[in-house]
Amino acid sequence: MLANRKLVLAHFWLAFAVFGVALTLGAWQMFIRSPLGTWLSNPELYYRSLTAHGTVMGYVFPTLVAMGFGYAISESALEQRLVGVRWAWAGFWLIVGGSIMAMIPVALGRASVLYTFYPPLIGSPFYYVGVVLVVVGSWIWVALMSINLRVWKGANPGKPVPLAMFANVAGSYLWAWTAVGAALELLLQIIPVAVGLKATIDAGLARVFFSWTLHAIVYFWLVPTYIAYYAIVPRAIGGRVYSDTMARIAFILFLVVAMPIGMHHTFGDPQVGAGFKFVHSAFTALVALPTLLTVFTICASVEIAARLRGGHGLFGWMRALPWDNPMMLALAFSFVMLGFGGAGGLINMSYQLDSSIHNTQWITGHFHLIFGGAIVIMYFAIAYDLWPHLTGREFVDLRLIRTQLWLWFIGMIITTFPWHWVGILGMPRRMAYFDFADPAIAPQALSVTFSAIGGFTLLTSGILFLVILARGMRSPAVEAGAYRFSLAVHQPATVPLALNTHALWVALMIGLTITNYGYPILTLALTEGTSVPAVYVGAQ
Amino acid sequence: MSARDLFTLTNRHFKTSVGITAAIFVVTAIVGFIVLPFAQPWVQFANVWDAICSAAGVPQRSAAAAAQAQDKRLSEVVLTSHTLSRPNQEAIGRGATLAQRCAICHGPTGISRADSPNLAGQYAAVIYKELHDFRSGARTNAVMSPFATGLTDQEMGDLALYYAFLPRLPAYHPTPQLPKPNIVIYGAPMRGIAPCGSCHGSLDNKVGSPWLEGQSEAYMKAQLRAFAGGDRRNDISQQMRNIARAMTPQEIDEAAAYYASQPPDIVKAVD
Ligand code: HEC
Ligand code: HEC
Ligand code: HEM
Ligand SMILES: [Cu+2]
Repeated sequence: MLANRKLVLAHFWLAFAVFGVALTLGAWQMFIRSPLGTWLSNPELYYRSLTAHGTVMGYVFPTLVAMGFGYAISESALEQRLVGVRWAWAGFWLIVGGSIMAMIPVALGRASVLYTFYPPLIGSPFYYVGVVLVVVGSWIWVALMSINLRVWKGANPGKPVPLAMFANVAGSYLWAWTAVGAALELLLQIIPVAVGLKATIDAGLARVFFSWTLHAIVYFWLVPTYIAYYAIVPRAIGGRVYSDTMARIAFILFLVVAMPIGMHHTFGDPQVGAGFKFVHSAFTALVALPTLLTVFTICASVEIAARLRGGHGLFGWMRALPWDNPMMLALAFSFVMLGFGGAGGLINMSYQLDSSIHNTQWITGHFHLIFGGAIVIMYFAIAYDLWPHLTGREFVDLRLIRTQLWLWFIGMIITTFPWHWVGILGMPRRMAYFDFADPAIAPQALSVTFSAIGGFTLLTSGILFLVILARGMRSPAVEAGAYRFSLAVHQPATVPLALNTHALWVALMIGLTITNYGYPILTLALTEGTSVPAVYVGAQ
Repeated sequence: MSARDLFTLTNRHFKTSVGITAAIFVVTAIVGFIVLPFAQPWVQFANVWDAICSAAGVPQRSAAAAAQAQDKRLSEVVLTSHTLSRPNQEAIGRGATLAQRCAICHGPTGISRADSPNLAGQYAAVIYKELHDFRSGARTNAVMSPFATGLTDQEMGDLALYYAFLPRLPAYHPTPQLPKPNIVIYGAPMRGIAPCGSCHGSLDNKVGSPWLEGQSEAYMKAQLRAFAGGDRRNDISQQMRNIARAMTPQEIDEAAAYYASQPPDIVKAVD
């Protein structure tokens, strides 16, 4: 039962439209950095583009996907009309307004501060206020998810909350608390300087606040993908979820251990004590648990589908899988990229190893593989799966969809593997261009060229994706039926209170944030003389 | 079922999850704040509390890190984007009077007839900073330094606003405009040199960087060589020394000749 299709479609279309623009900028950046392009006479243009690309890809695009998907889940999993539709539209328009407000100064070169804000660099206040509006819009979504679940619980006392909704609400709470770090940084530190109330800023404190957001935001990006793993793929390939309880535990673990570990992003920062860095690293290691649980559960679920289709043998069942089904293909690609990306992540989280790749192209290679690859390919899958239910029309050309997924996968591998490699060789990130004529980096020219070719492959795939969605709006009508999520092998009749509610886990998440961040933030905030003069972009 | 049932010790899930989380925290805290600090043989701690404070990052001044005595003076000026950003007529008027004693060298219109630097239309923060540095001895020049020693902060601010207010006129001996050399357009990425214009005005202006168009060629060459050789060291955080040191002598000549040949209005576009 999807009553508010327009709402969901609006979120998805906006998400994918801005994605298309940012993708084009990304491909251009690739070209400029590579030996194929000529150097820019004004490197500032590169940073403008980079700010727009990072802001859209990091904040606007995934937030809209999570929101649109969240509304769809709420209506279909709970089988209940969305409560607060007007508020949902208000949230949507806040994001539209905020994005426009943020992108105008970026386009004018007044806010080339990159999506990590980079204080003491200070850009136009409109940029930051725009970002805040995007976050506020998403907080409306968080509230609505919580309210809808509460309404449903009132009508269905004691019943297990459907897994998709349980995970969706967990993701929304994670986001609500995660965004607080950057919100504090923006509201207390950056915006007062940007509007001229103050001329100095404590950049070290700002970095600590930002690390609060920076790590857990990646798990917010990841949650829709994980929901798709658990709640869409098994159904789409004719299997069942191996264990409903494991799934719930995975999402709960994300809430508790994904949040208070961001200081691995400040390993190189002198203003943070080594003890806290260690505690954060230890919790960072724990975050591998929910991912390992998920990989295990999903592989088991897929095996169930294969055996139901007559597959047998220790590994022979894999041949029985429906490989022509786009969901199957997307899942397989996503897992491969998650595997490589996860291995890279282990290196980033190790203090000593991290120091050799810190701020190099390895980092950009890494997060493109995990985020642009493993996560975004499942966003595509979600859109493909939902589209017929949103438009009432079916996709006629599954082959085109498979081609698109293949292109994205191949393109991502060609882009990111050499990208990692040049990072190991020491190539710094966030540089507008490189002098490949210099013997010191001439050997890297070939790798960077490959990355650029991969980038164009990705651009092609992205355009194809938009074309498929647009054509899907005009293909023959079908009765798509009710939108359903996967069932578990043992569909639970009752679920323990702790696994049916979020309160305990939210409390643990907040508690750990206080123990892990409280002291560093307080000392930095209370110590005198830690601020430096702001550097205004384009000011004179 | 309610929150009351959830947050009680009779709830097995509550007990286990809080217990495990707290245990992990305590163990990692002990390792991070006590075991690991003592595992570093090169650091000595008086007691456990000392180690904990160190690992927590409690701000403290250690005796060993006392600032080393500086043999040469460095700039003491702190510039922000707001330094002297609000000109007022009175200050400019006072500056005009004071500037009469500067005219023999810097020209009555702020455009020098010899190889002293042009000051007309220079950013106010730059003039203020350079005067301050001449006075404090961070920058020295046998000809110029004596004229800065007697100036008060207020007078330096007035002079800065006055010269910033003057129109940027063409150089006294204009030369034909030269094409941009690579070192100016692109800098040299491998040597960490950003394009000159990203600080000096034609692309962006970073506070404290003077605009160079129409400046005397001999003066700029001399300054770049002085930065490279360490004779001029008043640039904050070695911003300009790092660049000049990495430039080849030929690039220094090209850049100086290029900027000297530029009409002064070229930077107006970004102001
Ligand atoms: C006797 C000649 C002379 C007089 C008089 C003189 N200056 Fe200078 N000034 C110089 C010379 C020469 C330099 C370049 C110094 C160097 O090479 O380091 C200079 C440099 C400067 C600079 C640095 C410019 C730059 O771009 O770095 C400023 C600012 C300045 N003078 C201001 C003044 C002011 C204000 C007065 C009057 C109070 C004044 N000068 C009087 C000769 C003079
Ligand atoms: C990172 C910013 C930055 C870049 C890039 C830069 N400069 Fe500078 N430059 C400065 C600053 C700041 C000063 C003033 C130093 C001071 O006295 O405080 C300066 C001073 C100078 C001066 C002395 C001017 C005077 O009037 O005293 C010259 C000449 C100069 N730069 C040339 C260049 C050239 C040529 C390039 C390009 C190859 C370049 N700079 C690139 C920041 C920069
Ligand atoms: C598909 C989803 C993608 C996401 C979510 C994404 C996200 C991001 C983010 C967050 C940044 C960091 C910006 C910064 O450093 O401030 C970035 C940088 C970059 N992206 Fe993407 N991106 C995606 C796709 C692409 C594609 C397809 C390409 C190439 C065609 C690309 C090329 C780049 C480049 C070249 C950089 C700058 C690296 C540097 O100079 O340090 N991106 N991207
Ligand atoms: Cu992280």
